[in-house]
Amino acid sequence: MTPAPASPPRTDRHAAVPPWRNVRLLRIAGQIVVVLIVAIIALVLWTNLATSMARSGLTFGFGFLNTTAGFEIAEGPIPYRATDAYGRAFAVGLLNTLVVSVAGILLATILGVIVGVARLSGNWLVNRVAAGYVELMRNTPLLVQLVLLYAVFLQLPSVANSISLGGSVFLNQRGLFLPRPLAEPGFGLWLTLLVAAFVVALAARVTASRLEGVGRPTYRLGTIGIVALVAIPAVGWVALGAPVRLDLPVQQRFNFVGGVVLSPEFTALLLGLVVYTAAFIGEVVRGGIQSVRRGQLEAAYAVGLRPMQTLRLVVFPQALRVIVPPLTSQYLNLAKNSSLAIAIGFPDLFSVTRTMANQTGQSVSVIVLVMGTYLALSLVTSLFMNLYNRRVQVLER
Amino acid sequence: MTTRAPFRVGLAVVALILAACDTSPSPSRSAAPGQPTATPAASPAASRAPIGGRLATVQSRRQLICGVNGGLPGFSFLEEGTANWSGFDVDFCRAVAAAVLGDPAAVEFRALSADDRGPALQTGEVDVLIRNTTWTVTRDTSWGLFAPTTFYDGQGMMVTRETGADSLEDLAGATICVQSGTTTELNLTDKMRELGVTFSPQVFGDIDATYDAYTAGRCDAVTSDRSQLVARRTAFTTPADHVLLDVVMSKEPLGPVTPLGDDPWFNVVKWVVFATFEAEEQGITKTNVGQMRDTSTNPVVRRLLGAEGELAANLGLEADWVVDVIGAVGNYGEIYDRNLGPTTPFNLERGPNRQWTDGGLLYAPPYR
Repeated sequence: MTPAPASPPRTDRHAAVPPWRNVRLLRIAGQIVVVLIVAIIALVLWTNLATSMARSGLTFGFGFLNTTAGFEIAEGPIPYRATDAYGRAFAVGLLNTLVVSVAGILLATILGVIVGVARLSGNWLVNRVAAGYVELMRNTPLLVQLVLLYAVFLQLPSVANSISLGGSVFLNQRGLFLPRPLAEPGFGLWLTLLVAAFVVALAARVTASRLEGVGRPTYRLGTIGIVALVAIPAVGWVALGAPVRLDLPVQQRFNFVGGVVLSPEFTALLLGLVVYTAAFIGEVVRGGIQSVRRGQLEAAYAVGLRPMQTLRLVVFPQALRVIVPPLTSQYLNLAKNSSLAIAIGFPDLFSVTRTMANQTGQSVSVIVLVMGTYLALSLVTSLFMNLYNRRVQVLER
Repeated sequence: MTTRAPFRVGLAVVALILAACDTSPSPSRSAAPGQPTATPAASPAASRAPIGGRLATVQSRRQLICGVNGGLPGFSFLEEGTANWSGFDVDFCRAVAAAVLGDPAAVEFRALSADDRGPALQTGEVDVLIRNTTWTVTRDTSWGLFAPTTFYDGQGMMVTRETGADSLEDLAGATICVQSGTTTELNLTDKMRELGVTFSPQVFGDIDATYDAYTAGRCDAVTSDRSQLVARRTAFTTPADHVLLDVVMSKEPLGPVTPLGDDPWFNVVKWVVFATFEAEEQGITKTNVGQMRDTSTNPVVRRLLGAEGELAANLGLEADWVVDVIGAVGNYGEIYDRNLGPTTPFNLERGPNRQWTDGGLLYAPPYR
């Protein structure tokens, strides 16, 4: 007999695999079961909550957001008075959190990159100082750091003995008081001039780099662009007669009135968050840089690039692939850690909503609102970071 | 079957077990979790029937969980270097424990911040909240039921002597420290708005952080109940440098609070407080309560101390519960003098906290 041809055994697709051995079916069934269980748990918890609340006579609702707040908030980017509604108080708290989060993310990134690169430096002192900083900041609790920073700021001289810089900037235990620029007529026009100058400079730079890319002469467009960026606003400023007035802080009986104030609470919170998160970001950056193969560095040096150029043009773009995902986590941590503001008296979202929950008695509604807001904030941040991540990913393969 | 399936089954079993464990101290122990108890429609007025069983819960637990301040000398604080709680509110916690359990030491004290006390009571985490809490309509309808006021207080303002302020108007433009989650915060805003005085609030969640910021100079003034200001001032390094303004900014009736929806438990706490009032009115003290129960011929005293009548059974307590209470902590006057009286650093005037027969506001309804 001739041997059977070496072909794979024919499986009859219509042969029924019994359901309990059908892998695909089992996987789907398993997932359905898990989803059902999660749904049942959620239902149990919700029913428990609803009956407990009904039994105690408590209600769930957001109608209180329209009633008068009745409490003051120490600081905020938008004007707020005690006669405004709870909704506006919520907005003030949210804006405070956003200001701290955005400023914190920016500053922490800058400091973190510096720390990360310093950690890899060949200079022994720089290396060790960065290492010491990272270990210290990562291993002490953030709350402790914040309280300590705040206590240090409170040791600054009292209002009566303020440190004065040039008679218009004052530093004391109640904050750093700076003059505030107020818009005079003509400021709007100057702003449009500024935007126009920016657009012109951008166009000039893009054109210059395009021309350079194809080897055509640029007729110094790049330089013209930069000159325009500086010259147009400057000329406009002089022509419009400096359309800005300074609101100087003036010492009254108890406090300074006028100008812009950076309160010790805000500064302590921002500084504490930045210094803490920068340590983590530094390690993330270090990991990213170390993930780039040595060969890349050697090749860059061989081609004649200097170390700083190598870092900027060769290492960083490749390191970003590895840096961006954990960096997103650190940003989210910073935004959520800002809720520790309640310990040092800064009126962030959590602090304001704590007061709201107490004064209205609607603890559950307020907590749902706060968690939803933090969730939204975090989701938006990670959305942007993931978009950036995708851009950084595509560049490579 | 793949190796993932046993893992999923195990996860499902764990999840079901967790769902079955009802960890919250639900008063209605007979209801299985997940099945809504058959309560009538949500209005509190309709659920007047005793569906709560916190009295039974406390008795079976053999311990009372009492929410207190923990940082207010004179009212509730830990004596330095010890594990002993003492204070005015602490004594009332002990009184309730003595009434319900016969043992004034069977209390677990939970220190709660002003922000935490409302939710702690709403969730039933504590059996009773005796934490210098002001009685307001919002709190009455959302936090819990207020037992009779044990301390009639008012809101005051404390400033450092060097500010030279005599009245609230002198504080225009000042920074004022205040705790979040208090009626103080609201009253400060109201009062200053009424007077047309601008000020800058500095709000803290923690009582210690508030007073630390004030003594460090972050604020020019600090506001709270007058009793609290006096009490905290005793702990300053230089108490003489701080003075209370001669203003009373609001009414602050402080008293115990029980969770909503449990009338029998509320009645117990309410009548414990009234018992201390009545005992002072009748001259029953810690030392003579036993003797009074045995030898007194006054029908009011005999009923109160359980020598005659079956009134204690209506409350669900032992017949001689008042004897236990007064024997443990004394009558109202003794509680007050021990914690806030002339022999203490606070030396607070009784003011409205006197018996109605002395012109004060303490008035116990008849125990009959």
